[in-house]
Formats: sequence, structure tokens, C-alpha cells
Amino acid sequence: MTTMASRTRSGTLVVAVMMAVAAACGSGSSTRPSATSPPVTLGVFAASSLTEAFTDIGRRYAKAVPGTKAELDFESSSDLARKINDGAPADVFVSADEPNMDKVVSAGNAAAPKIVSRNRLQLLVAKGNPKHFTGLADLEHPDVLFVLCAPEVPCGRLGARALRKAGVVAEPASLEANVKAVVSKVTLGEADAGIVYVTDVLASGASAEGVDIADAADADLEALYPAAVVRQSTHPDDAHRFIDFVLSPEGQGVLARFGFRGP
Amino acid sequence: MRARRARRRLSVVVVAPAVLGATFLVLPLVGLLWRAPWHSLVDDLTSPEARTALRLSLVTSLGATLVAACLGIPLAWVLARATFPGRRLVRAMALLPLVLPPVVGGVALLLAFGRRGLLGAWLLDWFGIRLPFTTAGAIVAEAFVAMPFLVITAEAAFRNVDRRYEDAARTLGARPATVFRRVTLPLVAPALVAGAVLGWARALGEFGATITFAGNAPGRTQTVPLEVFLALESGRSGVAISLSLVLLVVCLGVLVGLRERWLGPSARAEP
Repeated sequence: MTTMASRTRSGTLVVAVMMAVAAACGSGSSTRPSATSPPVTLGVFAASSLTEAFTDIGRRYAKAVPGTKAELDFESSSDLARKINDGAPADVFVSADEPNMDKVVSAGNAAAPKIVSRNRLQLLVAKGNPKHFTGLADLEHPDVLFVLCAPEVPCGRLGARALRKAGVVAEPASLEANVKAVVSKVTLGEADAGIVYVTDVLASGASAEGVDIADAADADLEALYPAAVVRQSTHPDDAHRFIDFVLSPEGQGVLARFGFRGP
Repeated sequence: MRARRARRRLSVVVVAPAVLGATFLVLPLVGLLWRAPWHSLVDDLTSPEARTALRLSLVTSLGATLVAACLGIPLAWVLARATFPGRRLVRAMALLPLVLPPVVGGVALLLAFGRRGLLGAWLLDWFGIRLPFTTAGAIVAEAFVAMPFLVITAEAAFRNVDRRYEDAARTLGARPATVFRRVTLPLVAPALVAGAVLGWARALGEFGATITFAGNAPGRTQTVPLEVFLALESGRSGVAISLSLVLLVVCLGVLVGLRERWLGPSARAEP
């Protein structure tokens, strides 16, 4: 009984706070929040490959726009898209591919996504490239163990397409659930090579290195990162401002430092 | 009068959280049934991917149970009957997979049995055996998490055997092997079966250690839980829920069928 009562009370409190916030935003949505107005917290749902870059961008955004801060939630694009369509309180959605953004747009929960960044594929191999990989064709060698992302996740779709385009017929030892699992299989030495993004090669540090893929610059082999304001957003103006900040020279500079390309 | 009222108050204090507790555990399962795609259930379960995963899960979970029984029952015997320094530590280590996050278990398996692992490098060099990305690797991962269930039930059973039966057989001239086969084993057999079935159910549901150690290769290491996870990733929630239902029904059946046997030996506990 006590639990029920306290739950009701805290529920009432949440509603009250939400109403207060809504009122504060509704009254002056076109003006910038001044030092006296309550701080704005933006919910940014971003694909997990953006973790390092967007953590930095979020910090810079809070500094550039006083009175606002970005609360970042990093998960796989498909999880985030599902959560937004289930009504999770997000203001901005940044997907690591277009199909997952399309799911949210076609459900009417976002509109007019903008590409904010791009990423390219690379072959990740052990430090010093002991097996002398020069490109995807080397994956056909019978002694080579290579891993790929599962076709269910964006890096797997692109990786399989890259193999098809290069005419490489080789069976991966495993279809890993996400790109970071591919990285760890290579850095632990269980696999000789894996198809990942350039940004993952940079993030893997000193334990592995990248080998370029010939067609990586082709438009259909590039990963696109679309961003959009979520329809249920309580701060749409700030959400648009955040996306503009990602597209600004400062935001793009951060992304470039982690290996991402401009839109 | 006062005593009775005190007892009644106590019962409310216990029953209310008990009902909440049962609801907390049951509600997610009801949710699964509620969203189950009943009309496409048969199609979902007979799709080639689902059939491959189901067949593989059956093979690997049975293999893992066999491995866990062959290694776990002797270990349980030693823990129950032998006294040696560090026995409590060995027992704790044997039960560790029960509480260890399975992903951590998978990483640990890689470092031990992987291509660059402690034993794995040697296995590869001398015998050409490579476990990661193979069905054998999936069996190893599942056996790792299933074995504690066998050890825990078998050890309790070996402890609970009335030693006088064994002593009687020995004084009648039976050799140790005969005593074990004719006296001890029949006494502990129900508990061993219960432990094996419980371990099998755990192996069937294994996810973290399998995907980390054995990877995800359809037909080789992609068991039902892995297929459920990836089906969810790609929005095939119907397949995911249908396969989850199969696991749920199997595990529920096992637990309902085992309740008496499982609770029997552990309720009697150690002397």
C-alpha cells in the first residue's frame, strides 16, 4: 500500500514538473533561454559508433549555448529507432544508416532528416599486417579467418555489399552482432581480418591497423548518418540548433578528429 | 488473541510483497504471450533460419550437458568426499559461472581456449583444433555455464548418501568401483538427472558466452538465443517472440517437471 501511495505521489510530481517545463517552453519558445529561465536538457539518441565524437560535441554544445545541455543516449540505431517509435522522450535522433531513420520518419515521428556525417569501410588486421593483406581479395585465401558484422546491422549490410562488388567469394567465420565485436575478435587475434569502419580502426589504437578497400569511396558503400528532430520533442528549436551545431565547423572538426567524413 | 493477530499481520506483510514478487516475475512472460504473433507462429518457427537455429540449439545443448556431466559429476564427487587444502576455493570456482556475467565468461574462454589462448594456442599447434567460430566452441561455452548446475546438485546428492550402505557393501567384499556402481549411483541417480536437465535448460538459453566465444555463424554457432537477438536487431520481432516462446515453454516444462526432485535434495541440505 505504501509503495502504491508513494508511486502515485512521485507520479504526480513528475507530471507537475513536466507541466512546468512545458509551460516555460511554450511561453517563450522563440526566445533564447536566458540565465534566469530553467535550463533546457535535450535528449539526443545517437548511434553507438558516435559515442566518442558526440560525447565531445555534447560538451562543446553546452558551452556554446549556455542554459542548455545534451543528454546523450548511445545504442544501436535499430534499438533507438524502436524506442522512439515506442514513445521514448527524445529530441534528436542520429542514426548510423538511412533504413533505421526511415522507420522513424515513416511512423511519423520525425521529418526531413539531414545527413550530418559519413563513414567508410576499411579492413582491420593485426598490427604490422603479418598476413600481408592488400585488399578484400585476400580474404579468399583458405588460411584466412575473417569476421563480418551480421546482415541485420548496418556494417554487415555494407560489408557484404563490398564483398559482392569486389567479386570476393569467401565465407566469414562469424557474423558478429556489432562492429565493436568484430574489432575485438581481430585485436584478440581470433580472426585475421574484419570489415569495420575507418573510425573503428582509429579507435582500436595501437593493437591493430587498417588496410584500404578499393571501392570504399563509392556512394553505395558509404555509411550515412542522418539526423532529425523527433516529433514529440518538447524543445524543437533547441533540437534544430543542436543539429546545426553538429553541422557547424566546430562539430565537423570533432567528427573529423575521430575519422568521420563531412556530409 | 494477541498472538493470533500478530500472526495475521505478519502474513499480510509477507503476502503483499510475495504477490508483487510473483507479478514482477510473471508479467514479462505474460507480455511475451500477449505480443506473440499467433497467426504466423508456425511460419516463423519453420523458416529455414529458425529451423537451423532450433536444430543447432538441440545439438549444442545436449553436447554441453554431456560434457558437463562427464566432468562435473566426478568433480562433485571429489568435492563431496575428498578433503584437500583449497577445497572451498575449488568449490567456489566451480560455481563461479553461475554469477559471472556470461560475456565475461566468454572473454575468459577466449583467453583460455582461443587461438592465442593459454591452452588454445597449444591445441591449435599440436592437434590443429580451433574452438572459436565452431560448433565445438558453442558446446564449450554452453558447458561452461551449465556445469555449475550439475556440480551443485550432484555434490549435495553425494553428501546426502547414507554412508552406512556403502560401508555395508564394502564389508561384504565389494570393490570401490562396485560400491559406486551398485550402491552410490542408484541412490544419487535422480539428483544427477535433475542436475543434468537443469544444466541442459541453462545451456539451451545460453547467449553471452556463446556469442563472445563462439561468434555468430548460422548453422555452426547461431543458436536460438543468438537468432532471437539478431531478429530483434533487424525488426523481425515476430520470429524473435516465437522463438522466445519455444524457449519459455521448454524451460517452464523442465522446471515444473523438476520441482520436486530439485527441491528434494537441497531442502534436506548438508548434515
